[in-house]
Amino acid sequence: MNLLAILLLLPLLGFALALILPAAVTRRFVLGFSLLIFAVSLLLIGTTMQSPAGMTWVTDTAWIDTPAIRFHIGVDGASLWLVILSAFLIPLAAFISHRTIVHRQKEFYAYLLLLEFGLIGVFCSLDLFLYYVFWEVVLVPMYFLIGIWGGERRIYAATKFFVYTMAGSMLMLVAILYIYTKAGTFDLPAILLHMEAGKVAFTQAEELALFLAFFLAFAVKVPIFPLHTWLPDAYAEAPTAATFLMAAVMSKMGTYSLLRFNLNLFPRASHDCAPWIVTLAIIGIVYGALVALVQPNMKRLVAYSSISHLGFVVLGLFSGNQFGLDGAVYQMLCHAISTGALFILIGYLQERQQSLAIADFGGLATPAPQFATVFLIATLASIGLPLLNNFVGEFLILQGAAQANIWWAAFAALGVVLSACYMLWFYQRTFFGESRGATPDLRPSEWLAITPLLVLMLWMGIFTQTWLPGISASNKVLLERPASKIALQVAK
Amino acid sequence: MNPAAFYPSATDYLRFLPELILTIGGVLLLVLEALTGDHKDKTKLGYLAVAVVLGAMLAVPVALANPGASFNGMIVSDGFAAFFRMVTLLVGLFTLLCSTSYLSREKANSGEFYLLVLFSLAGQGIMAASNELIMVFLGLEIASISSYVLAGFLRDDKRGSESALKYFLLGSFATAFLLYGISWIYGVTGVTNLTAIRAALAAGTSAPSMVVAAAALMLIGLAFKVSAAPFQAWAPDVYQGAPAPVSGFLSAGPKAAAFAVFLRIFQTSFDSLASRYEPVLWMLALGTMFIGNFSALWQSNVKRMLAYSSIAHAGYVLVAVTTNSNVGTAAAMFYLAAYALMNYGAFAAITHLAGRGETHVTIDDLKGLAEKQPVLAGLLTVCLLSLTGVPLTAGFFGKFYIFKAAIDNHLYWLSALGLLNSAIAAYYYLRVLAAMYMHEPQTTDHPEPVPSGIQLTLWVSAAGILTLGVFPGLVLDYANRFATFVK
Repeated sequence: MNLLAILLLLPLLGFALALILPAAVTRRFVLGFSLLIFAVSLLLIGTTMQSPAGMTWVTDTAWIDTPAIRFHIGVDGASLWLVILSAFLIPLAAFISHRTIVHRQKEFYAYLLLLEFGLIGVFCSLDLFLYYVFWEVVLVPMYFLIGIWGGERRIYAATKFFVYTMAGSMLMLVAILYIYTKAGTFDLPAILLHMEAGKVAFTQAEELALFLAFFLAFAVKVPIFPLHTWLPDAYAEAPTAATFLMAAVMSKMGTYSLLRFNLNLFPRASHDCAPWIVTLAIIGIVYGALVALVQPNMKRLVAYSSISHLGFVVLGLFSGNQFGLDGAVYQMLCHAISTGALFILIGYLQERQQSLAIADFGGLATPAPQFATVFLIATLASIGLPLLNNFVGEFLILQGAAQANIWWAAFAALGVVLSACYMLWFYQRTFFGESRGATPDLRPSEWLAITPLLVLMLWMGIFTQTWLPGISASNKVLLERPASKIALQVAK
Repeated sequence: MNPAAFYPSATDYLRFLPELILTIGGVLLLVLEALTGDHKDKTKLGYLAVAVVLGAMLAVPVALANPGASFNGMIVSDGFAAFFRMVTLLVGLFTLLCSTSYLSREKANSGEFYLLVLFSLAGQGIMAASNELIMVFLGLEIASISSYVLAGFLRDDKRGSESALKYFLLGSFATAFLLYGISWIYGVTGVTNLTAIRAALAAGTSAPSMVVAAAALMLIGLAFKVSAAPFQAWAPDVYQGAPAPVSGFLSAGPKAAAFAVFLRIFQTSFDSLASRYEPVLWMLALGTMFIGNFSALWQSNVKRMLAYSSIAHAGYVLVAVTTNSNVGTAAAMFYLAAYALMNYGAFAAITHLAGRGETHVTIDDLKGLAEKQPVLAGLLTVCLLSLTGVPLTAGFFGKFYIFKAAIDNHLYWLSALGLLNSAIAAYYYLRVLAAMYMHEPQTTDHPEPVPSGIQLTLWVSAAGILTLGVFPGLVLDYANRFATFVK
């Protein structure tokens, strides 16, 4: 059996086992099992990197006969990293939860594996229907993670999250069905081939409507301004592990899908809509940063900064050139690492003071110097300091944007400046100033959790060649397709 | 006509075997009930009824193996009939399994309950197989009259009696519309056989306006029976007041049978009117979805909420009916089968959780269920997620096939609005999930063990939901094969 298929089905198996096993061992089981899954995911790299431009590890078998739905999965140089990212972050999420999740542990850890099943599925599905199934599957465990283990207003936040996302994805389902009536298949590569051969063609109005139906679903997930209102509630109320996963991987479901489906299937509409979407992205960049500036709650602050950073990704995607796309994919990975690290560290702070209000903290650098150093690195990474990961992503995106339209880059750069303001000010209020008494420094287990992220921040900031060739090769295929050549690259 | 041909042959009886078994079983139960003393335990009669239903289920393939019309074309045994016979029998089986413990709990254990279920099932079977307006009417009446009594079975319960009375009055009113429509059709065409009506209409000798009026009257009658807006007002009161296992029965069984009649009549006899009634059905479907879903949003009583949700689900099936196509019919068949599983599963859980006298039926009463009874909560969750339409459940594929059929038939707006409706619906199902999983238990008392009949029902429906959620072809292929009618 194909390794990717095994990787995809392992979490589901783990979920079933976690439900059956006695509660006392669930945590250890899930931790071990998810590390095993991560190890399996690393085995994929070799083959994929030999030919990152095309799909590797492809499994393509019939699942349902009428209408023809295929179990068609595969990864290329871009989606491989997102699959590995998911497999990497789940054990981390399980690991950081041992102190915070004391209540109903068994269910919590079981849901993590169900979530992983959905996430990996989204990133490797090549059949529109299969993809939709995974897209929706992700909702269920996340709904429970927020709603059961979240803060005060957890039920409100969880319900808002679920209904928003579901409403967004319903129009996508209509669009998927419409494409099926036109193309006679749900298979993405087959649809693209049909389109290239001219066997399937959408009128301009059709293409626009379909583009928007997909876009709406993804825009809610990313989220793109003004569809972001569920995010601060969900991020702030969710338990640390869930916030961490939402910010790090779930938002990437939206941006990845924009790349995989909107840009691939509807290049003309992508081109026509690009100025509007980029405008929304830039508004999101600046608005997210400005709101982050005045947030008294640190989780909400990072949540809004996340809106700002994801605006960059969308900007890169719709710049429609190699730099922009490479930067966007790279930034997806970087944002996962740096924002994920920030959420983990904030979770640790919350454990120490039982509060998320910035005003309740101050002078932490004196009693907890190691904590302060680690937090500073994560902060600087988030700001985009050279040699750290976000710099590379944002630089590439700005370069791509400048190539498309110099004003886009100019306005977006404002976001970089603002991010330095709100992050450093936040850091100053929390770690400097008068000390508020003893706070434990980073514990060994906390070091263990955060170290891989710190290593990745440096690695991704310095040795970009590990990651970029695969991403570029995959994006090149998209940009070299005749339809995209006409629509995406010409005359911005 | 040769008089010998008028008498039914042996094959005719085979084609009618499920209903024969149900009727004979019912009569047998009636006698046994009379022979058992008043204060004896009547649970054994319940088991006998289960055996009768299982027997009828075994007879369905026998009837299917002998396809064709019987009793001079009154009844037709085809795959479509077999499918709906199976669905209604499954609902009946669930009802019986959940009722034995329920009736002992409510101290209303008497054999009449079981035989009324059997008679109602016989009526539904006749509806599924009837090829004749008179038979449609007979089946409908047999099914309905038994159901009226079932709804008011707890005589001392005020809500139950109110429910039964409402159901009876409005139900008879609806039947009157249907009957009036039938008489018009007979007046216009001179026949009551569905195929003959089609031929008569195709001949074009009858006045079109009269035919349209007749079809409209029948449409109203059937819309009442499937609780389509604006004829849905009876459903919430009836389902809320009736005993919980009966509510589940009414919302799944007779409704499926009524849809079977709906599909058969409108696709066989009134096929030529399709373009005329399509806009009507379009509005009916949309209105039903919206009214059902929006009303359900505000409910705190779970039974009432499920009642409104069942209205909304009727709306989804009406979308499939609107397409007037074989794909649509197959989608409706699949949906009704999935709906029978998920809705009865939910009602089975409520039957148990409501407690004696059905005093615990609000959403608040479900708080903390996941901690007290994780398995029961898990099974109910599967049903609710399926009702929401989350992938990998039967309910998702049901919706998917319906809206796929709609898009194939260019009903884009109806599909988009219908699917948005299912996002609205997510809200009220989530409220139940939130109560079960995200709140602390209200009381610390030890939960009562779930009776085995209800457990079996829940496990069967959850297993069915998940199996169809991964391999929908098991039912859909069958539905696709038999979604065509002899015309």
